[in-house]
Amino acid sequence: MKKILIVGATSAIACACARLWAVERSELFLVARDAQKLQQTCADLQARGARAVTAYVMDAIDIAAHSLMYEQCLATLQTVDICLVAYGSLPDQRACEHSVEQAMEQFTNNGSSMIALLTLLANRMAVQQRGTLAVISSVAGDRGRPSNYLYGAAKAAVSTFCEGLRARLFKSGVHVITIKPGFVDTPMTRGLALPALLVTQPDAVARRIVAGIDRQIAVLYVPGFWRVIMWMIMAIPQPLFKRLNL
Amino acid sequence: MKASLNSWGNYPHAPQNGHPCQWQADVGPQWQRLIEAHGTTLPFGNGRSYGDSCLAGSDHVLQLRPLDRFIEADWENGEICAEAGVTLGEILQLAIPRGWFLQVTPGTRHVTLGGAVANDVHGKNHHRCGTFAGSLVCFGLHRSVQAPMVCSPTVNPQWFAATIGGLGLTGVITWVRIRLRKIQSSLIDSTRMRFDCLDDFFALSADMDARHEYSVAWIDCLAKGNARGRGCFTAGDHCATGPLEVAAPHSLPVPMRSPVSLINPFTLKLFNRHYWQRQPPTRHYRTVAYSPFFYPLDRIENWNRLYGRRGFQQFQCVLPASVAAAALAELLRSIARSGSGSFLAVLKRCGDIASPGWLSFPMPGTSLALDFPQNSELTKRLLPRLDAIVREAGGRLYPAKDAHMSGSDFRQAYPAWEQLEAMRDPALISRFWQRVIR
Repeated sequence: MKKILIVGATSAIACACARLWAVERSELFLVARDAQKLQQTCADLQARGARAVTAYVMDAIDIAAHSLMYEQCLATLQTVDICLVAYGSLPDQRACEHSVEQAMEQFTNNGSSMIALLTLLANRMAVQQRGTLAVISSVAGDRGRPSNYLYGAAKAAVSTFCEGLRARLFKSGVHVITIKPGFVDTPMTRGLALPALLVTQPDAVARRIVAGIDRQIAVLYVPGFWRVIMWMIMAIPQPLFKRLNL
Repeated sequence: MKASLNSWGNYPHAPQNGHPCQWQADVGPQWQRLIEAHGTTLPFGNGRSYGDSCLAGSDHVLQLRPLDRFIEADWENGEICAEAGVTLGEILQLAIPRGWFLQVTPGTRHVTLGGAVANDVHGKNHHRCGTFAGSLVCFGLHRSVQAPMVCSPTVNPQWFAATIGGLGLTGVITWVRIRLRKIQSSLIDSTRMRFDCLDDFFALSADMDARHEYSVAWIDCLAKGNARGRGCFTAGDHCATGPLEVAAPHSLPVPMRSPVSLINPFTLKLFNRHYWQRQPPTRHYRTVAYSPFFYPLDRIENWNRLYGRRGFQQFQCVLPASVAAAALAELLRSIARSGSGSFLAVLKRCGDIASPGWLSFPMPGTSLALDFPQNSELTKRLLPRLDAIVREAGGRLYPAKDAHMSGSDFRQAYPAWEQLEAMRDPALISRFWQRVIR
């Protein structure tokens, strides 16, 4: 039995992870901004066997709300074994190229608000000197591709931030895992023309994430073959890369 | 990403564009969008209907499989309430360790709750428990022009009756509440023995059905002459003691459709003969896990791909008890003569518990189900011949499996079709319905 905080709990990957934890009779504190979806998610996890599920409505881009949320979480769970940070949105790259406002808004959604939340979570978890901070970043952060570089830049910020945090928190007994999913069949990716062979179902992704957290992996590509794909993409030299439309 | 969806038999081949509903609140807006763009649509679950009853007239379906959340689980009284896209297998995964099982289950655990209601599925215990409707407490129905309603035998009873076996035409089923049955063990005490002719089947069935909760028979539909009607009878009951274990989900995948059917007269003859000879000649008692007993075909994922690109058709009919023996013999004679046979040939006596569903398939009598690889000979000769036998016997075909029955046969066999048509949601229509009500 674990005590788990999930921010962005109604996202498909978070739901799939939570179902695995529910079967292990874990105690869950779920945070999301849509109250109705959150309530439906809670009922599902309760029925699947979670020991207790608490819902907390919060929009993660409201940075001022983070600390109250964590206080409530700690009051409910007493101690936190795993924090999964899983919220995010997939921006329309073209729109972000033309609108500074949209670009900044999306960067806040996927990047700076997450850094704010992680800063708070890191300090609180350092106090308890144990636990795992699991952060959903993305393979998109490994390289800035013309089709998706705003999202990629935000995720790169998160990945780099996590790398530094991991080294800092290692000394206080807290583990940080950076999770880099490839293409996952979720509402976020619907409507994209993705190569079917590379698309994975959320429950398969969740199994790897939950196992990766248990094994204290540092950087987890899901599925594993994305490590190879990204290694190849990173190896493309700039003169060629800038001519490609990846 | 958008994958095209097909019916289980892949005949007729009409890839459907799926429009997923992730949350219950998405159903209304997604449906409205489809009405504006394409006029009509059809709810689509896990794609286990064989023929064209799961294909939308517009080829744009509302995909409900993503609605896979449980709403409430009452393990004291054995009641489960869940969204319509939850599969029976997902329910068993939670229910078995807690000592509960489905009251009625079809031959695959991969059907959704919504699909189980819309086709009023039945199983090996039909002679004891009737159809899936018997385990239904209530469900939520969403119509395009009305506020969502709850349907049960006492609340909106006419919608309850129309929607059970209503082929997804009365509205979108968004959630379902069912009763479970208590089990002491996930194991099944099973009895198997082969039989030599149809008379033996009926004798066995009369004897075994009275004593066992579950019963079903496999029949060698290629056997000719003296061997005609031979097969293997299986009966079973839940064990009184034993572990409560969920079957491991792993299954053998068929990675792709072969260009031609791997199931052909040659492989079939080989399989049928060996399979029959391997069956015990006298009663053979064995304790088996629930999954090979109820879901033998689930061991091979996508087994439908074995039939190749052209796909296959399932022929499932039910024949009234009084004429079942004669009509079955006639059916088997025609099939054996045609040489195109079936791996899966299932014979089952249906009981007399009536379903509340207007268009529910089973009737007191005997049901026969056969899978045929699709080819022109099948559609031109064999199926019309079989249809004629069923028609004459006063039997009927199962819409969930069908891709060929004539409109007049359907309307004759299901006189309540007019009531259903009157209550059909104008924004929902399937290829099946377009075919049979004309």
